[in-house]
Amino acid sequence: MSLFNYREKPGYFKRLKDALKTTKEDLTYKINELTGSSESPVTPEQIEELEAILLGADVGVQTTLEIVGKIEDETRGNRFVTSHQVKRLIREELHRILDNSGSAEESGNGERPQVVFVVGVNGVGKTTTIGKLAHLYKSEGKSVSFSASDTFRAAAIEQICIWGERTGCQVIRQEQGSDPAAVLFDAIAASRAQNVDVLIVDTAGRIHTKHNLMQELEKMRRVAAREIEAAPHEIFLVLDATTGQNGLIQAREFLRSSGITGLIVTKLDGTAKGGIIVAITKELSIPIRYIGVGETVEDLLPFDPTVFVETIL
Amino acid sequence: MFESLSERLQKTLRNLKGEGRVSERHVQESMREIRMALLEADVNFKVVKEFVAGLKTKALGEEVLKSLTPGQQIVKLVRDELVELLGKEPSELEFKKVPPTAVVLVGLQGSGKTTSTGKLARWLSLQGRRPLMVSTDVYRPAALDQLRIIGEALQLPVFESESRDPVQLAREAFTHSRNMGFDVLLVDTAGRLHIDDALMTELEQIRHELSAEEVLLVADAMTGQDAVNSAAEFNRRIHLSGVILTKLDGDARGGAALSIREVTGTPIKFIGVGEKYEALEVFHPDRLAGRILGMGDVLTLIEKAEGVADEEQARVVLEKIRRDEFTLGDFRDQLRQIRKLGPLDQVLGMLPQIGPLRGLDKVRIDEKQFAHLEAIINSMTPKERARYKVINGSRRKRIARGSGRPVSEVNRLLKQFIQTRKMMKSLSKGFLGKKFPKLGW
Repeated sequence: MSLFNYREKPGYFKRLKDALKTTKEDLTYKINELTGSSESPVTPEQIEELEAILLGADVGVQTTLEIVGKIEDETRGNRFVTSHQVKRLIREELHRILDNSGSAEESGNGERPQVVFVVGVNGVGKTTTIGKLAHLYKSEGKSVSFSASDTFRAAAIEQICIWGERTGCQVIRQEQGSDPAAVLFDAIAASRAQNVDVLIVDTAGRIHTKHNLMQELEKMRRVAAREIEAAPHEIFLVLDATTGQNGLIQAREFLRSSGITGLIVTKLDGTAKGGIIVAITKELSIPIRYIGVGETVEDLLPFDPTVFVETIL
Repeated sequence: MFESLSERLQKTLRNLKGEGRVSERHVQESMREIRMALLEADVNFKVVKEFVAGLKTKALGEEVLKSLTPGQQIVKLVRDELVELLGKEPSELEFKKVPPTAVVLVGLQGSGKTTSTGKLARWLSLQGRRPLMVSTDVYRPAALDQLRIIGEALQLPVFESESRDPVQLAREAFTHSRNMGFDVLLVDTAGRLHIDDALMTELEQIRHELSAEEVLLVADAMTGQDAVNSAAEFNRRIHLSGVILTKLDGDARGGAALSIREVTGTPIKFIGVGEKYEALEVFHPDRLAGRILGMGDVLTLIEKAEGVADEEQARVVLEKIRRDEFTLGDFRDQLRQIRKLGPLDQVLGMLPQIGPLRGLDKVRIDEKQFAHLEAIINSMTPKERARYKVINGSRRKRIARGSGRPVSEVNRLLKQFIQTRKMMKSLSKGFLGKKFPKLGW
């Protein structure tokens, strides 16, 4: 973890586990049910059920078939595979994929402000996530300001301003409809003048198929890079855990056009499993950096593959 | 990325052509592909399982139409079944005999409730109704502002009050609409998790308080497998009357719609297809079925084309082509008509991604180029537009100056025009002179 070593805080595991309780109860229950007591041999029907569990968690057809295929390979001809072993194999396989996601690089050369873009399709929770991120950075003793660069959606600017008040961060804003890159330009200048540590940039939700909107992001990136050499230091793609297979396409497209440095998975406090992140890390090796597990500023936790897999299985 | 189901089935069944009936073998080979296609489209796995099982029995022994291969026949069957499940006919909003009718929009966070409220208000006012909007989202920062701004943009009224109690707000707005003669009250609610008992209870109260005629679940078309859980729970708690499926302007296949339909039994009434307020359409099951299967949305395109094309005008143009009188002025009219279909990338996106059309949705069209073409033609004299042959070198220079485009672009346009003319001519000779050939059946 680069910015924040949250894991050492007492209660991290507990909070994570509580937050993912719905997810966990469901999955663990299902896997226990299908694998029976821990020593009974696994039947082909149970393998099929396993497939259903992974599919039902949005892991996706291809990834599911690969995981299940692997387990079948490893257990072929072995009459005494137990449910216990199957569980271990799934866990290992998920681990292998999620560990592969690559770790976050220590960003930047210390030049201030560190510029953090928050991007994603409409309604994934970008602005709420920004409030939580600010809280996180501030609890590390960093000063934070916001660039209100969602100039499109009605009341988006008002929304980020309220988060500014709540977290005690300055918001650099213009009117609705103004050029988001121009707001960013001002925000960088203001943050630099005031020696702010982190500038978080709110962006309008955009569906990845809208070429012009994706180009607008590229423009913002250019503006940031022109002002500060290593900027943007982070580009977080926010992904809604309820998203299905389109999540993979979203990640692919945002990566291609704006070069994401990490994923933030939101809304994991519901019943959605967010399994699409397995497919995403498998194909794109983007690190998952944080998960959103509620509506208060505290509800953003650093993602840890180990904890995630342990909690789910 | 996605291969359309029909392409996949064609591949799988390539070696099984020339049989009059769908055989056991066809079915076995197809069901796997169908299952995969539906799962990739985010249809819930349990729904897929049932669907495929039902399909199997129907497919066996099905007579293959003369013009189709067994693969196509199965695709047709799958499509028909999907349409059946999605509800066949478009379903309309129900209104109370004694107004106002309360329409409550509910859903998870970020599904698009507030935007949909605005779109629906606009749609209703175009239908000659008098809608009033109210937001009961007192939780999300600036949610109340958002609806107010939308109301201002649409010039439609939004009810506001001092109260910060959602149920109270809804009640006040309802009284207000009755007193002021609004016939529909659109209630925007806060996004909530279906497992949040307190907030679900609040919705029950609002529904009860207004004896709402319509409770619409606003659901994101990108939703995955969990759609069944949230939709079922919303339905159990507050009895949905319909669904608005949003964000269909992306490339999500929208299989969640099938899951939601299956678990709630309520019809999908509207779809959201863009960020603008006019981007709300009445739901057509056949079109979504095609989309889930990756077959494009040709029907919408045809409907749009019908909407903008004037039959009389088309006849005149055909006549002109036949007589070799198609002018640059007509060419300009054609360009204008194409642009009326909407942003071109959206138009191309509606075409089925199969055969020669594959990948067309990825083609990027610079709308500006159309404006440039029009500017060039506008800079011509009527005489030049009527008789392109008179446009010599010095005229070309003048046109270029007038339109602010380089001469090379003027030349290119003329070349394209001459080619188009030739092509149209040969086409018109091809079949416009004769009767249409008889269709296959």
